[in-house]
Amino acid sequence: MRSVALMFAVVAGLLILAGYFIPPLRGIQSILLNWAIIIAGAATIVGVLNLILVHGSRIHNREKGGAYSAIVLVFLFAAFVFGLILGPDHPQMRRLINAVIVPAESSLMALLAVSLIYGCIRLLRRRANLMSTVFLATAVLMLVASATLPFGEVGVLNGFVRPWFQHVLALGGARGLLIGVALGTLVTGLRVLVGADRPFEGG
Amino acid sequence: MDLLGVGIAVLSALLLVVLGRIRRASAARLRLIPGLTRLYRAFGLSVEDGTRLLVALGGQSLLTRNGSSALAGLGLLREVSQKASVSDRPPLAVAGESALALLAQDTLHAGYRAIGAAEFYQPVTGRLAGLTPFSAAAATMPMLDDEQVSVAALIGHFGVEAALLADAAERSNVLLIGATGDPAAQSVLYATAAESLIGEELFAAPAYFANRPMPAASLAVQDILRWVIIVGLLLGAVLKVSGSI
Repeated sequence: MRSVALMFAVVAGLLILAGYFIPPLRGIQSILLNWAIIIAGAATIVGVLNLILVHGSRIHNREKGGAYSAIVLVFLFAAFVFGLILGPDHPQMRRLINAVIVPAESSLMALLAVSLIYGCIRLLRRRANLMSTVFLATAVLMLVASATLPFGEVGVLNGFVRPWFQHVLALGGARGLLIGVALGTLVTGLRVLVGADRPFEGG
Repeated sequence: MDLLGVGIAVLSALLLVVLGRIRRASAARLRLIPGLTRLYRAFGLSVEDGTRLLVALGGQSLLTRNGSSALAGLGLLREVSQKASVSDRPPLAVAGESALALLAQDTLHAGYRAIGAAEFYQPVTGRLAGLTPFSAAAATMPMLDDEQVSVAALIGHFGVEAALLADAAERSNVLLIGATGDPAAQSVLYATAAESLIGEELFAAPAYFANRPMPAASLAVQDILRWVIIVGLLLGAVLKVSGSI
């Protein structure tokens, strides 16, 4: 049974890959991808059930932070019930999202700025080497070149240094990293596709 | 038909199969990556002192372009789950996407099955942390303290929110090793994490933990393809300068 499932997975994977290179196969590729999207949607329900199981067991076992788990579950059920009754596009549902999720995520984003400054300060204590010094010096230079200074812009920083760092050094480095990641993606994908290595399967 | 694309895909697949067979016959020699060496040592220590390893897989669906980095995370998870399943505190896996969370559970389960200890598997060790990057990070942060985690590996697609996890790890005295496919998040992790993996190093993680030929063979294929691209770029530059193209 497992080999039949594996065969279906490999054939579907190969058809999707071939669809990118062979135009007549794009129709089949689109159908298979739509099926995958529907299955991923169903996985969301299972994921939410997992969330309930994890937080439910924390409350049941009276673990540390169990009260927060209870709050999560209460708000999860409340949002679910409101969503069922009102529908996801109802103004009150949107208000609920805008009043809770957006401010909470914005606060985390603000916290991130502080975390990054603190992280940069710690960097030299943790890894005091040439690369860390260059990293920090570049970050400071780019901040100074981008910021509005009390005495106005520094022409050479804003007009030459910043664009050169951004469009030559940073872009070149990022392209190198992305080529490496793309190669890793290709080979890892092929490894899974040909059935040579499937971490989530076996025994 | 895109012949170049087909050619690269077929060449990669052939190299993978051939090198996989060659590696089966001889032990793989891997170059030193400090972050992975430290992760391997810290993982061994965590098993010995009864603390946990947490593997965070990011929040990108495998159906998207950036989702493949999570496959490297799943590969690592499989290896650590096999090695530490019967320890006092088995590894935890968290994901910010439902299908990925299910795969994480399957991967953990497969690790238990592989060592004949399927009955010890606990479904709550594979978790959906949240459905947005920041909510997943916010849900993962308290786990570092509450679940007695001593080592955390972020291997998947993360954005700048990874800095929050690195900060929380520092405060909880957890060794955090970060690897992501996103260049902006890589720089953030370089500044904030105890160790970070740069570029394609994230795909090397399973090979450092596995004693199987395929992960090592895939690294060799990556190296060969990288040299092909370097030669192609240099050749293109020479032809451009000489006015041939």
